[in-house]
Amino acid sequence: MDAKDILGLPKNSFPGAQEKKTRPQKDSQRKPDGIHREVYALTGGMAPLMPTIEISHLKKRQYSEKEEKISWQWLPFTSSARPDNLQLYHWVRVVNGVPPTGDYSFAKYNKSVDVLKYTDEEYEKHLTDPMWSKEETDQLFDLCKRFDLRFIIIADRFSFPQTRRDRGMHYMVVTRALLLARAPSSTDVSGHPIVKEPYNMTHEVERKRALSAVLSQTRQQEQKEAEILAEAKQIMESRMASKVNMTLSAEVELPDNQIGNEGAEAAAHDESALPSPNIHLSSSAATPPIATVECTSTPASLRMLRVYLRTHALDQMVQAANSTAGLRTIKRVDQTLQDLGVHLKPKVPTKSVCAEHLELRKEILTLLNLQKQLQNREAEATANRDNTYAEASSTPKRAYRGDAERTIVPDSLGFGGDRVSKRDHKRKVPGRFMDAPPSPPQSKRPRKLKSSDG
Amino acid sequence: MMESRGAQQVDETKKLKDVEISFPVVYGTMAFWLGKKASEYNSHKWTVYVRSATNEDLSVIIKRAVFQLHPSFNNPTRVVDSPPFELSESGWGEFEIAIKLFFHSDVCDKQLELYHQLKLFPEEESGPQSTKKPVVAESYDEIVFYEPTKSFFARVQNHPAAIVPRLPSGLNLPSPAPITHVKKRGDTKDHALSQWFMNFSEADELLKLAAARQQVQAHIAKLRRQLSMIDGMPPQSKATSGQ
Repeated sequence: MDAKDILGLPKNSFPGAQEKKTRPQKDSQRKPDGIHREVYALTGGMAPLMPTIEISHLKKRQYSEKEEKISWQWLPFTSSARPDNLQLYHWVRVVNGVPPTGDYSFAKYNKSVDVLKYTDEEYEKHLTDPMWSKEETDQLFDLCKRFDLRFIIIADRFSFPQTRRDRGMHYMVVTRALLLARAPSSTDVSGHPIVKEPYNMTHEVERKRALSAVLSQTRQQEQKEAEILAEAKQIMESRMASKVNMTLSAEVELPDNQIGNEGAEAAAHDESALPSPNIHLSSSAATPPIATVECTSTPASLRMLRVYLRTHALDQMVQAANSTAGLRTIKRVDQTLQDLGVHLKPKVPTKSVCAEHLELRKEILTLLNLQKQLQNREAEATANRDNTYAEASSTPKRAYRGDAERTIVPDSLGFGGDRVSKRDHKRKVPGRFMDAPPSPPQSKRPRKLKSSDG
Repeated sequence: MMESRGAQQVDETKKLKDVEISFPVVYGTMAFWLGKKASEYNSHKWTVYVRSATNEDLSVIIKRAVFQLHPSFNNPTRVVDSPPFELSESGWGEFEIAIKLFFHSDVCDKQLELYHQLKLFPEEESGPQSTKKPVVAESYDEIVFYEPTKSFFARVQNHPAAIVPRLPSGLNLPSPAPITHVKKRGDTKDHALSQWFMNFSEADELLKLAAARQQVQAHIAKLRRQLSMIDGMPPQSKATSGQ
């Protein structure tokens, strides 16, 4: 019955028919046809509701499902690949009495290379070569044709002592010359690959040598090569690192460079982040700097640097200010700056501009904090109001910088969850630059409250 | 602190605490299209430079500028030892140029690196390129020397390229040594390209920033008022320590 539920069939439909069906099935339980009894038992002793294999298939498999009649016959055939008309016999699959037509199926593999043949006359005219006699060339070409330019074989069968390369080259040279000679116009021939790429003997020699070297490399050699490559890579990397480091530390001290190196890797281009020791520091260490107004704006790392760009300094300080904020808050600050028409990085970073910029950023952070607080308070206020059972403990105190220990009873919030969120949207803080609507759902609030980002 | 007889040197290398001297600079590139003479591999001639924002002579602090070009250039490391600190080349592609500044020994023995993307093609598709009007890309920045030595301070305190704070009286500084001989003008006031130099005025930016801060402050005040209103009416809660 549950199965019918799953299938979506109406229950108790045709109850009469069902009962009739089940009975004969039960009767034949002992002797199900088509399947062995044990196999049948595997399914729990009952026929599967949706039989996957129709029993009729098992028997009928032997007959092909198509309406064709297939028989095999011993028939003669010829192949176009053969020059003679030799007739051979073989078994052929005959379908409905019709033997297959067409060429012998393997005939299409009978490809050969077009090796040019030259007449004696042509030989006299173009192809005489001091190093090769006519007989040699003749034999070469004959072998090439017979063996489809398989020079390894040709080498074996060549009677004159020559290396394979020479023969290959000679063949190329001769063929090329022939083509050039025969061609009525040069444009036709230049498409031919042999003419296009003249056989470069030395190149081929080198290539083959390199190939065999790679092929015959022992495992040891492979390992060595891998090692050397890894070392080279390391050297390159350390060179890059030391290059970066050169800009950060004095060129004098070598040990200082070592220390600086680790820092350099961490701090890429941002030189002001690296407090690398140098000579000056030792002398001024005795006189600790007194805090003045100017000093508070320069973080320690910049002080150590002695020289820096104001934009770098600003970046550092912005980062420091953002360190307490989460990524989303940082983005919101940037968005607010843009809305206000202020460049994220000032175009004219003078001292006063940078100071103002920094102050503005801090104020925006304060603003965002306040907005968040306001939202929180409103949410709780409405939740408390709606919740009649609320044993509302103290309303949350101001939560600055995430160190509030909220004692909100989670139940109250969850209870009025839906309604509160709706109210929240209506009561959005009116402002020119509204940031993202309160996205976290109410249920998440308790968690968020405990670890709110500053 | 120690004022002994031989302390003249020590005195000069003594650092002025919490004092900074800054030099406003402008660095960047200017590129001219070669027009008819342009070829596939040489379509623009450009100059990369570092100049004082007020076009004064930067050799007062800069000893040497090294421009690191794209490796496809011959000798991509170009060294310039005298003002004006610039380099001209021709090419076809845009790439990042690294400018390393070396200062005189009494100024600072650390180098400073600047990075600038060479720009050959104008922003908007403003029609065909002109051989007369260059594509200018400049950045303003300030080189800040923190806690300079007395001697350095004394040397540059009256230099037009420097922004020098007023020191509290009581520090006796040697008056700057007079310039013995003027070799070559190192300032860029009459530079051939000076007509294209960009103008950087902090006034605009300051105004904008001030306006923005006002807005934000007003908003903050409003929010604070709202918050206090809400906190002022706690529902069925026990009396909590208010604001």
